[in-house]
Amino acid sequence: MTGLGKDLVGLEPLSADQLRLILDTAEPFKEVSERQIKKVPALRGKTIVNLFFEASTRTRISFEFAEKRLSADTVNVAASGSSVSKGETLVDTAKNLEAMRIDMVVIRHGSSGAASFLGQRIASNVINAGDGKHEHPTQGLLDMLTLRDRFKRLEGIKVAICGDVLHSRVARSNIWGLTKLGAEVGVCGPPPLLPRNIEELGVTILPRIEDAIAWADALNILRLQLERMTAGFIPSLREYNRVFGVTTERLKKAPKDLLILHPGPMNRGVEIDSDVADGEHSVILPQVTNGVAVRMAVLYLLAGGRPGPQQAAGGDEA
Amino acid sequence: MTARTQLLDDRAIGRALVRMASEIVERCGGTADVVLVGIQRRGVELAQRLKRLIDAAEQTDLPTGKLDITLYRDDLQAIGPRPVVGETSLPDLEGRIVVIVDDVLYTGRTVRAALDEVTDFGRPRRVLLCVLVDRGGRELPIQADVIGTTVSLTATDRVDVLLSERDGRDVVELVRTPPA
Repeated sequence: MTGLGKDLVGLEPLSADQLRLILDTAEPFKEVSERQIKKVPALRGKTIVNLFFEASTRTRISFEFAEKRLSADTVNVAASGSSVSKGETLVDTAKNLEAMRIDMVVIRHGSSGAASFLGQRIASNVINAGDGKHEHPTQGLLDMLTLRDRFKRLEGIKVAICGDVLHSRVARSNIWGLTKLGAEVGVCGPPPLLPRNIEELGVTILPRIEDAIAWADALNILRLQLERMTAGFIPSLREYNRVFGVTTERLKKAPKDLLILHPGPMNRGVEIDSDVADGEHSVILPQVTNGVAVRMAVLYLLAGGRPGPQQAAGGDEA
Repeated sequence: MTARTQLLDDRAIGRALVRMASEIVERCGGTADVVLVGIQRRGVELAQRLKRLIDAAEQTDLPTGKLDITLYRDDLQAIGPRPVVGETSLPDLEGRIVVIVDDVLYTGRTVRAALDEVTDFGRPRRVLLCVLVDRGGRELPIQADVIGTTVSLTATDRVDVLLSERDGRDVVELVRTPPA
């Protein structure tokens, strides 16, 4: 049985076994959050720094809950109001934190590769909470866990990732993770928002949203990342909604009921209509619940350092 | 080369469990408020068997639960994470007499972790410990209240408990590795 190694920078470097290990470990952690005392002592005495250079509500709070429910001590550092705004480099910031004897860094950064860069330069475990347009591994994992909950498997299911694939680290983590575990992945969006040569990752291109709805078992609808768009990728939000918006009318024409995922935050009325987001096939809130469990699993597995021995027969306690 | 010696065969295990079941009822002064909680993994099966024995003798339907103590261990750093953490599901423990059931009692660290976890779920009136094999070698001041069999072993020895529900047969074996 393989562990995860020191860092989690993306799903691309992980094997199918490692992905399954994380998803299977997440299962019992779901139950911990349902307890009256939502806390286990697994990471007691560990110090974790959440280093967020980009705005985040859901991911940061989800990581913080995961850390606290494992009894770790946590510190949040936001780029604004820290010495980062005085011009300190990423490595200097991290080295200084490490000098205070920390154990793990959860990092979100606007530059692709920031987590891996940091992981190679500090001894603490590094977890990528989103780096530029590269990967957002824990989001990919929680999407996979939510899909597995509903379909009981990932092999053979068809997932269409819809919208702004070009700017989306969520899309990349989903593509790597899902294809490794045997799911089929399609992408759908306006051509300027699809990366060039994306079919080389083994995905099907679905030109129209109607094609995606007809093809898929589940739609993972991405947020239109207005803050990352520097050029005129789409004519207008209304136009985007008219051509690519996931609406009840469009879903009614689907051959079967589709599961609806969205990593949040949603632009209601742009990529997804309100009645779809709140509809019976939406698992957008279960995704958020699963996010805490998946992050607990990742923290727990990385904190152990090395993989545990499998006991063949029962008997002796250690 | 390791040598395997049988400590208990299936009939001996059966007899021990019958005696343990009646000892539990005796020590609890009946079956009122008793909850049997098995420690993952084989403690869960033993708790189920004890429940069936007590239920048959006392015409009761005792509540049972399972406990996975992996997240309460004190040696995550030393052994690394267990690949898969088992399920914990417990009935209401408030004011109950909780009987913790496990297969082997050795260092006492599992029981220490189980006590911590049980406390996080409620405040039992009383907690008892029931084990199939007490092999000595405690590292903590912990003792069992109801014991199937007691053996005194060295640190290089190992006790394997196999149960039919999980392993296809009932047997308790001593696995002895001679000093090199």
